[in-house]
Amino acid sequence: MLKVLQKIMAVGTVTEAWDAGPVPERFRGRVEPAGGSCAACGACIAACPVGAIEASGDSIKVNHRACIFCGRCVERCERGLMTQTGDYKLAELGGQLLGEAVRAEILRTLGRSLHVRHLDVGSCNACDFELNQLLGPVYDLQQYGVDFVASPRHADLLMVTGVVTRNLTQALLMTYEATPAPRLVMAVGACAASGRTFGTSNYAVRGGADALVPVDVYVPGCPPRPQALLYGILLALGRIEKA
Amino acid sequence: MDKTFVVKGSNLRAAANACASRSRQGLLAMFACDERAMSGCYAVYCLFDGRQPGGLVTVKGLVPADGPLEFPSLTPIIPAAAWYEREICDMFGLTPVGHPELRPLVLHENWPAGLYPLRKDFDPGRVVPDAGKPFPMLHAHGEGVFEVPVGPIHAGIIEPGHFRFSQAGESILRLDAKLFFTHRGIEKAVEGLTPDAAFPMVERICGVCGVSHALSFSQALEGLTGTVVPERAKWIRVLAAELERLYNHVGDIGNLSAGMGFQVAVSNGSRLKEGLLRLNEALTGNRYLRGMVVPGGVAMDVTAELRGEIAAALERFEPDFASLVGLMRDNDAFLDRVDTTGIVPFAAARDLGVVGVAARASGVDWDMRRDKPYGGYDELEFAVPVHRSGDVAARLWVRVDEVPQTVRLIRQALERIAAAGPELAAKVPPAPAWSTGAGWSESARGANLHWLMMGEDNKIWRYFARSASYPNWPALSVAAPGNIIPDFPLINKSFELCYACLDR
Ligand code: SF4
Ligand code: SF4
Repeated sequence: MLKVLQKIMAVGTVTEAWDAGPVPERFRGRVEPAGGSCAACGACIAACPVGAIEASGDSIKVNHRACIFCGRCVERCERGLMTQTGDYKLAELGGQLLGEAVRAEILRTLGRSLHVRHLDVGSCNACDFELNQLLGPVYDLQQYGVDFVASPRHADLLMVTGVVTRNLTQALLMTYEATPAPRLVMAVGACAASGRTFGTSNYAVRGGADALVPVDVYVPGCPPRPQALLYGILLALGRIEKA
Repeated sequence: MDKTFVVKGSNLRAAANACASRSRQGLLAMFACDERAMSGCYAVYCLFDGRQPGGLVTVKGLVPADGPLEFPSLTPIIPAAAWYEREICDMFGLTPVGHPELRPLVLHENWPAGLYPLRKDFDPGRVVPDAGKPFPMLHAHGEGVFEVPVGPIHAGIIEPGHFRFSQAGESILRLDAKLFFTHRGIEKAVEGLTPDAAFPMVERICGVCGVSHALSFSQALEGLTGTVVPERAKWIRVLAAELERLYNHVGDIGNLSAGMGFQVAVSNGSRLKEGLLRLNEALTGNRYLRGMVVPGGVAMDVTAELRGEIAAALERFEPDFASLVGLMRDNDAFLDRVDTTGIVPFAAARDLGVVGVAARASGVDWDMRRDKPYGGYDELEFAVPVHRSGDVAARLWVRVDEVPQTVRLIRQALERIAAAGPELAAKVPPAPAWSTGAGWSESARGANLHWLMMGEDNKIWRYFARSASYPNWPALSVAAPGNIIPDFPLINKSFELCYACLDR
């Protein structure tokens, strides 16, 4: 017991502001294609393992919901026109949170106390481990009035990780049904946000979360770092503005 | 070194038996391959570890496509074959005749009968209608016996799996698990891709064994293309693999306490793990070390500055970790829960081919880094801690004892990196058509073994990934009976089995 107390005293408080964690130089965030002297050679498009890059005319567009932040497009652009920034605040609102009136109503109901149910529908588990880290002392999710609950019946938000597998389809649909309205769904990570990580013609995979249920928040990343998840949660709750 | 015996499918059991009795570790993996285009046969491969550390012994049984699609089951003589054979039956429609418990494994009740996704004539893009077959589970019978079904969606942030406990009061009589909920068809998805295109999926089989999977795949490919990894890359790989072990072990040691509500240990484990994940991110740009290991070498250098950062982080880590372990070591309330809970006896661990921490906690003195060395481990100094009690405590103490060894390996890797030349990766030439090769590495959970057959134009023909969790999952059904249900979370956590790794 004494040792426990000593340890608690010695460690002190380690909780930090949600986006205080350092962004290291090597961190691979938002992909930024520079326009201009693009040769339209298609090297980046061919290099992208998830088909996240599209050419429209002579400009290049990156679909960050699908991006797995591998850096191949940057590495393989012969003219060095692609860059990867340290920006991880990439969450986007969708579904119900796009309509102002509905959004206000949902925020009024859920904005100060949000209960979350995690739902792994076919993830590699890195996204899930990051959700776990949110509950640790460094991020201390509960301080925002947000907590994970054991049953979908107690949940306001489903945080879905992974591509929807054939074998988890029923679990996803039943969990969604069991969650009382108003309910929100967050697609966490490239898998849930796009469903493309393991190919688009795959007998075992149905697609992203929104192939089966309506999604209200998309959080890109592979996996999204905890700060990116917090950004998504706080954005959905209207506690912060879009960066 | 490597030996392959090609036999008729009908002789598979006899041939496998002969190899098993002459190998040190028994059956390492078993899988099938659709080789009708080449030989008119399906092939069933059984991989054994040989007598020498380096080599593998392969028994390849040919099942002619125009004959009965069956082979004699190995399970009655090699229990470790049980799940592999169920998977082969699901994915290829080859029946292991005499299998004591043949039922589906990978494909659930939603999958129609008679469709085999790993056959070459199965088009992965086709729309497969939903079926409503039964999925048989194992039960126990008797007066007062009842069942507790749990999952696939659990109460915490845990991967999905369905458990069926047959109970006599509080005591677990039998545990059956239905898994493969996160089956993502990765082995099929990479067929027809170049190794380069397949690689991001390989790295994403599992989040927390990503380095190990990337390594096993790369080593298989490097073996069959004759690629020699540059010195610097070799040591950077060791560094990445050991950092992966370190954050996993630290997280798992802390998290074990979550199974008994010892929150101080959970929080400190989580805090220490967070520090290590941040170190990973500084090193590779990804908290799970993704993007570092690539076929041919590594993608990023470890500069003097980063080496300094890692060394300093280890200095801070060691006393902090030691005091966390101190909270558990002489804490009777804690020890009471972990000692003699969830025992896997030595014989069961051997028979099931259990690997990694779980094996070494049951007295199986086996570690791929030492016993089938790869990637430079034979040049480094480290000990392999072994415990014998096979309980939750033993699995915990194996991890605890491995941590200083891992730190030792990281320090050696840092020194070697400093002394090595600058080259980071060798170019990997196209693989010869129809060449096959295996690669392995010891992840935090045990051996990950990958097998590759390359087709024409440097395209993957067949890829098989056997993760450490594959042989370890059945051990959970050995450990649980006789314990009470409230101890199950603890037992489960002590194995730290990976669903994503298993399900692929
Ligand atoms: S970083 Fe990788 S996944 Fe993202 S756009 Fe570039 S190539 Fe595609
Ligand atoms: S998005 Fe990336 S990290 Fe998350 S489950 Fe998918 S592969 Fe894993």
